[in-house]
Amino acid sequence: MSAVNAQPAAQDQQPLLSVRGVNKTFGGVQALAEVSFDLMPGDILGVIGPNGSGKTTLVNAITGFIEVDSGTVTYQGKEITGLKPHKIADKGLTRTFQVMRPYYSLPAYKNLIVPLFSPRARRTGGWRGGGKMGSRDTVAVDILEEIGFERESYVPYKAASSLPTGYLKRLELARCLALRPEVVICDEVFSGLSMSEMASMVPLMEKLQMEGITLIMVEHRLRELFRLANRVLVLNFGAKICEGTPSEVMDNEQVKEAYFGSEEVYSYV
Amino acid sequence: MEIIIYGVINSVTLALMALGFTLVYGVSRLPNFAHGAFYVLAGYICWMLLNRLGLPYFLAGLIGLAVVGGVGAAMYHFILERIRGMAISEIIASYAIGLAILEGLRWGGLKGGTFILQPFVEGSVDILGVSVDYQRILVVVLGAALVGLLWLFVNQTKLGLALKGMAQDERAAMTLGIDSDKMAVVAMALGSVFAGVAALILLPMGSIVVEAGYHVLIMAVAVCIVGGLGSWTGAVLAAFVIGFAQILTVAYIGAHWQVVVALVAIIITLILRPSGIFGKQKELEERV
Amino acid sequence: MSDKLKHQEGRRKERLDRGIKVRSDGVYAVSSWREMAFLVSPRLLLIVGLLAMPLAFMPLPYWQKVLSIICIYSLLAIGFDFLAHYVGLVSLGGALYIGAGAYISALLNTELGLPIWASIPLATVLGGGLCTLLLWPCLPLRGVYFAIVSLMFPLLAGRIIEALDVFGGTDGLIGLDGFPNVYAEQYVLIIALLLCLFGLRRLVNEDVGLVFRGVMDNDQAVKASGINITTYKALGVFIAASLGSLGGACLAHIYMWAGISQFALDFSIIPIAATVVGGGGTLVGPVIGCLILVPISELLRDFGTLRIAVYALILMGFIVFKSEGLMTFGARKYNQFEHWVEI
Repeated sequence: MSAVNAQPAAQDQQPLLSVRGVNKTFGGVQALAEVSFDLMPGDILGVIGPNGSGKTTLVNAITGFIEVDSGTVTYQGKEITGLKPHKIADKGLTRTFQVMRPYYSLPAYKNLIVPLFSPRARRTGGWRGGGKMGSRDTVAVDILEEIGFERESYVPYKAASSLPTGYLKRLELARCLALRPEVVICDEVFSGLSMSEMASMVPLMEKLQMEGITLIMVEHRLRELFRLANRVLVLNFGAKICEGTPSEVMDNEQVKEAYFGSEEVYSYV
Repeated sequence: MEIIIYGVINSVTLALMALGFTLVYGVSRLPNFAHGAFYVLAGYICWMLLNRLGLPYFLAGLIGLAVVGGVGAAMYHFILERIRGMAISEIIASYAIGLAILEGLRWGGLKGGTFILQPFVEGSVDILGVSVDYQRILVVVLGAALVGLLWLFVNQTKLGLALKGMAQDERAAMTLGIDSDKMAVVAMALGSVFAGVAALILLPMGSIVVEAGYHVLIMAVAVCIVGGLGSWTGAVLAAFVIGFAQILTVAYIGAHWQVVVALVAIIITLILRPSGIFGKQKELEERV
Repeated sequence: MSDKLKHQEGRRKERLDRGIKVRSDGVYAVSSWREMAFLVSPRLLLIVGLLAMPLAFMPLPYWQKVLSIICIYSLLAIGFDFLAHYVGLVSLGGALYIGAGAYISALLNTELGLPIWASIPLATVLGGGLCTLLLWPCLPLRGVYFAIVSLMFPLLAGRIIEALDVFGGTDGLIGLDGFPNVYAEQYVLIIALLLCLFGLRRLVNEDVGLVFRGVMDNDQAVKASGINITTYKALGVFIAASLGSLGGACLAHIYMWAGISQFALDFSIIPIAATVVGGGGTLVGPVIGCLILVPISELLRDFGTLRIAVYALILMGFIVFKSEGLMTFGARKYNQFEHWVEI
């Protein structure tokens, strides 16, 4: 996978992640029904759907946080269904959480120590964990700077409890980036952000794509998502009702009527 | 035949021990490590009233239950309510209360032998060639009746439904006007009364000893884990699994090994199906 | 209550951090003798105090024994504190670790004829390993399972040994080598305690300490970071169990005997009480708690099991009314100026 060439993948390319017929029920409620899709290297795949449509369940199912009832998830040609979450993260398929729970009492950069301590970060980071005290701190600050924590203003050194939501969302992303991932699944990074915070988040996601990271973005904010994503997947009641480019999805009658409620889609976009 | 009959008796005994614990855990997610202490306390109070004050059996039992229920409710209201949500403190505090009661009773002179509750009914009967005394039959009958009553209470009365609602989703229950602290007090009182009832039914088969407190706690916990923490049907089912496993162990391997059965059952459950036989997926996610 | 009344009188307590506390992470701490003394003196007090105690108790052989017991309980208690407040696992059965250490050391000493300086370290490691192995099934699950299963093991271990009549049955294993003299016994324990204490304090402030805390507070994020939380929980249990086993091994050699009573309830409850009284999460607190509670326990020995009821009540009182513990309270008083201001 080339890091510079971040064009949408050609059709004949091997998918990086492919989900086939995934089912999940919670006590009679079908949370996921036969969901299938492919993720090409370098893509940004948007996943949208109304509340309770199974978006977060899909993320949990892919990353191993819940066990699926049936279906397979294949990553880099190897099946990862049923693997433990940490094994999946170790392969470079990481995720953010909708609810962020950083160490509020610690400085922001200290929050990256845990992922930097992981086996994957030690392998891919090129430094041997242990070493001198403080070496991980330096790397952590570098990662934070890359993701928009201004070093000059000492934001990386401020206590996580004093950071606004925008920075906490970035911190959550940084936690994934510390693993040097190939795929990052972002669970609602735009939710709870102000307009200006969102505006600054969009170029950040583009930058990640340019760096060769494949992204799945689970979102409510359609305007920003449609600007970013090459492909969009629409879920409703756990089932995939539509998949295509943003414009295809916007024009899809089924999406518009069955689920956004006719004209309402335009008020979102 | 013997195995089946004694298996049933043993299973019902275990179910009785566990019901109170699982009720409290199910409703308020609070592992009540003082459960065993309430069991012994009920028996002790009943014995004292019976032998020191000469009260009739029925009255002594009733007062014993009322006192234990009150102690349980007070323990929740004055101590545990202040530390709700801090899992470490909850466990330690309830365990400490249980220890204080048990070891206090031991110091107060509670030793084996002297403290014996009379069986309700003497004598025995032959069932299919096995001699079973009436008390044991009574245990099965009362045990079944209690489980039935609990079921009726939970599904038919308003209070029971409120408890059930809280067990399913505490926050949602609160939005529907159920006072979660009050309900938790009720659950704790009920759980303690159940421990007391179990004591009054079971203790006549042996003497009241402090060790019984630990034994009951361990068995209750074992049954609840195997059945799925907080699941009432699971607890009854698990009581039968462990109950028969114990009897089979005694019959075919040796009485020594009986103590290990519960532990082995817990470990096998934790490895194979951590949520227990009847644990729900939702709970699994929450806890695992 | 009294604070509230005073507040109504129109004044409140103002707290100011001593400047040195704020700066003590930096180089400023060594800028003057006064500041260095401020930082070093509490630590020095503990170290010198502990090291001097065997000499101070020279005329009182009984209390010298008590000092050894204090050290053993302290080892167990700092293990409990570490496990509860840095890994998030409440171990209600510290007696298991003591018993495992005692029996393993006794077996190594009597059966294999290993000398005392080999059997104690070996028992430390093997005991820690054995306990970790026994508790492994409940590690992938959340706290309450661990509390329950760890409670069951010591209660059952005694009964199993009794029932199967292995390892000397109810008589226990006798004829162990003792320590060469009473000073060796005490200094081995005190130095081991100090090393473990400062070692653990160092450990929890290192990067790996953050991982442990992550396992406790936010296991989802740790899993999503590609770290196996079970491994770290097991490591935490191993550390705590090893500390307990070290104590147990020393205990067996002090009494030259290992028996069922080493699974007794005292070993489970005193460390917990000491941690709560001393201040959970401080690691030093449990040692202070043991220094207070174990002598009380010795004075109450005539009252039999009442002493367990007494700790249980002390424990309950502290957990409900003073949950920060003495150490946290003391540290705050030491590091802050407090005074009343009019409002």
